[in-house]
Amino acid sequence: MIRVDNLIKTYGEIHAVRDISFHVAQGGIFAFLGPNGAGKTTTIKMLTTLLRPTSGKVEIDGLDPATHQHEVRKRFGIVFQDASLDEELTAFENMDLHGALYGVPKKLRNDRIDMLLKLFELAERRNHPVKQFSGGMKRRLEIARSLLHTPKIIFLDEPTLGLDPQTRNQLWAHVRKLNEEERVTVFLTTHYMEEADRVAHRIAIIDHGQIVAQGTSAELKRQTGAETLEQAFLALTGSSIREEAADATAGMRNMAKMFRGSR
Amino acid sequence: MNTIYILWLRQLKRYVRSKPRMVASLGQPLLFLLGLGFGFGPVFAKAGQGNYIQFLAPGVIAMTILFTSIFSGIELIFDRQFGFLKEMLVAPVPRILLMIGRTLGGATTAMMQGLIVLAISVIAGFRPAVAALPAGLLYMALIAILFTALGTAIASVLSDFQGFQFVMNFLVMPVFFLSGALFPLSNVPSVLGALAAIDPLSYGVDGLRLALTGVTHFGGTLDLAVLSIVAVIFMVVGGRLFNRIQL
Repeated sequence: MIRVDNLIKTYGEIHAVRDISFHVAQGGIFAFLGPNGAGKTTTIKMLTTLLRPTSGKVEIDGLDPATHQHEVRKRFGIVFQDASLDEELTAFENMDLHGALYGVPKKLRNDRIDMLLKLFELAERRNHPVKQFSGGMKRRLEIARSLLHTPKIIFLDEPTLGLDPQTRNQLWAHVRKLNEEERVTVFLTTHYMEEADRVAHRIAIIDHGQIVAQGTSAELKRQTGAETLEQAFLALTGSSIREEAADATAGMRNMAKMFRGSR
Repeated sequence: MNTIYILWLRQLKRYVRSKPRMVASLGQPLLFLLGLGFGFGPVFAKAGQGNYIQFLAPGVIAMTILFTSIFSGIELIFDRQFGFLKEMLVAPVPRILLMIGRTLGGATTAMMQGLIVLAISVIAGFRPAVAALPAGLLYMALIAILFTALGTAIASVLSDFQGFQFVMNFLVMPVFFLSGALFPLSNVPSVLGALAAIDPLSYGVDGLRLALTGVTHFGGTLDLAVLSIVAVIFMVVGGRLFNRIQL
């Protein structure tokens, strides 16, 4: 479903993603883990057509995002790391706008919105402005919205960041259900190792723009002699603290400009 | 068309629901209309220029549309900062349709704001030629589209609101003050006249004044031509810059 071969992204002399390759099977749950600034979000941006790779090959459901941008966009849903809802609009209006942008016919759109709002336990807040929602409700709404156009793949970029354990638990239960019942392929990033361990079928660990290991959770633990995924992660990426700009991609782009300007 | 409509509707919903913004944006036009209108009215009449409210109202309506349009365009920065821009940019639709939908939505809200100020002006003593209202609406629409597109173009290259004050002080305020909204352009120094001639709002104010009061400086044909051409240029430039946005 997702195939990445020798993918590279550079900003001037800064290498954000260095020659990474991986494959996500249809119906799989793939966790893409890494410390801050490792290249996770840059990779997701390239997979979801928001950023052009410097070189390498990406295939989403057999299509190249660079040449079949709109076709690829119809095939995936995405929940971004930061909120992307219009807080002045209601839950229904946010969903409806998404459906219209993705060309879902009005009648089908209304039916699916009702179904998804029920599924994510937001039906009672259908006509409430999103600005009145809690963080967990917003996250659930974003996932519901990303599924409105029945995508084959869903990208979840740190979807549980800042949520309480109850909401995180409930959210992953929804994701697993979607994966099992609708065979939606899931590509996720998270900093919570126990979540990746519990949910993902396969895991890749990226550090400094390179994939340092990939396999099942058990394989990674075996490879590093660790008891938990977190220990395996630390063994593979080291324990020094990484800093990440508020918007890492923009930060790298600006640094690259400064490099060019200083010459 | 559906993409344009849904984004146009979004802008309208945001405008109608933001009552404080609607009321706050009327403060400045009211101040100009009532403060300047009644303050300078006797001086203007004494100089043989006639009724100042009658002269000033089209300028203040144009100013209202200018400020609201630029802000509607600049609102794109909000969409960038609060994340909604990502939702738009990842949708399977051409970016130009997103830009047109936002621009038309912003222009419509600016026109609505202009119509509110027109109504207030009438209460303050302004007497427009009612038969010329359709022409007035056309000029209002052109001003609104032109400056919303400019606002979108500017917002496409700004990543945050730090540059907004710069835009207000060095672009929007000069555009307003040089446009002839507050004073007649007929007897101004040549430098001021030349600056007014390259200010697109001058033609908007002049066109609106012609439609509502029958007085013109440049002539209706030139007003329409300049506004239409500049609006198209700003739409094209805005579209290109919007197309280049990277997240």
